[in-house]
Amino acid sequence: MPDTAPADAQDTMMQPGGWRSLVADWSSDQRAFKSASWGKAMMWIFLLSDTFIFSCFLISYMTVRMSTVVPWPNPSEVFALEIGGTSLPLILIAIMTFVLISSSGTMAMAVNFAYRRDRVRTALLMLVTAAFGAAFVGMQAFEWTKLIHEGVRPWENPWGAPQFGSAFFMITGFHGTHVTIGVIFLLIIARKVWRGDFDQQRKGFFTSRKGRWEIVEITGLYWHFVDLVWVFIFALFYLW
Amino acid sequence: MAHAATPEGQQHPIRLYLMVWGSLFILSACSYLVDYFQLQGMLRWMLILLFMALKAGLIIAVFMHMAWERVALAYAILLPPLVVLVFVGIMAFEADYTLFTREAFFRGG
Repeated sequence: MPDTAPADAQDTMMQPGGWRSLVADWSSDQRAFKSASWGKAMMWIFLLSDTFIFSCFLISYMTVRMSTVVPWPNPSEVFALEIGGTSLPLILIAIMTFVLISSSGTMAMAVNFAYRRDRVRTALLMLVTAAFGAAFVGMQAFEWTKLIHEGVRPWENPWGAPQFGSAFFMITGFHGTHVTIGVIFLLIIARKVWRGDFDQQRKGFFTSRKGRWEIVEITGLYWHFVDLVWVFIFALFYLW
Repeated sequence: MAHAATPEGQQHPIRLYLMVWGSLFILSACSYLVDYFQLQGMLRWMLILLFMALKAGLIIAVFMHMAWERVALAYAILLPPLVVLVFVGIMAFEADYTLFTREAFFRGG
C-alpha cells in the first residue's frame, strides 16, 4: 500500500459538505475518509475500540454499585488528604485532574507547532506533556499505596461494599496503564522530532518507512483520549 | 492566522487552544466544588454530568480536531459510543432486578 498523504486540497474542496458529504464519502467506492490519512483514521478506530473497553469497566462498576445492599464507601472521604491539619476532600484527585488537563494543553500546542514545522518547540512541549503524564502516574502510585495500606483489596475494604476495591483497581489501573504507554509513546516521537526525522525523511527503525509530521497529531489523539477517559472516571467514580 | 484543516495539517491560532485549556480548568474546578460543597441529590448528578459532557465535548471538538474533520469520519467515530447508552440501560435494568431479589431474599436472612 502506498504511503499516501490525504487527498489533494483541490479534491477535498470539490466535494460536497454536510450530510451530502457523508453519503458521498461512504458510497464513493474508494476511501471513505477523504481528509484523514490511514494513520489518523486507524488511531481513531483504535480509540473507538478502547472506548468500548472503558465503557465495559464503567458499566460493570455501575452494575455492582447499583445492585449491592451494602452502602458504597463515600469517595469524598476515602480520597481525602490531610494537609496542614485540615482534611481536604478529593484533593489529590483534583490535582491529578489539573495535571492531566495541563498535559492535554501542552500536547495540543505541540501539535500546533508540529504543523508549523517548529522542531524544537514541538519536542520540548511533548517532553513537558510526558513529564506531566509521569507526574500523574506517580500520584496514582501514591494513591494506590495509601489505599492498600488502609486495607483496600479487590475483595474487601474497611468502609462498605467489597466491590469498591475491584472497581477502583480495575478502572484506575487500566487508565494508569494507558497513561504509562502514552508517556513512552510521547518520548519515542519527541526523540524523532528532536532528531529531525520528519525533515530529513529518515526511515523508521521498525517500519522502515518515512515518517511524517502528522505522527505528532496522531500521538496527540491518543494522549487527549487518555485525558478524555479520565474526565469520565473523575465524574462517575470519584464524584458520583 | 485563519482556521484551516488542510491536507498538510490543522492550522489554528494558539489563542484557541489556550482558551479551551482555560475553560477545561474552570469546568474541572466547578466539578470539584460540587464535591467540596457537598451538594446532594439530583442537583449534584446533573451538575456532574453537565461538566463532564462539556469537558468531553471541548476535548474531542478542539483538542482532537473533530470539529474540522469531515462528517464521514465524525459520524463513524462518534455514533457507535452512543449505542453504549443502550447497554447502560440494559445493565441498569438488570442491576435493579438483582437489588430487588437481594432485598427480597437475603435481607436479614
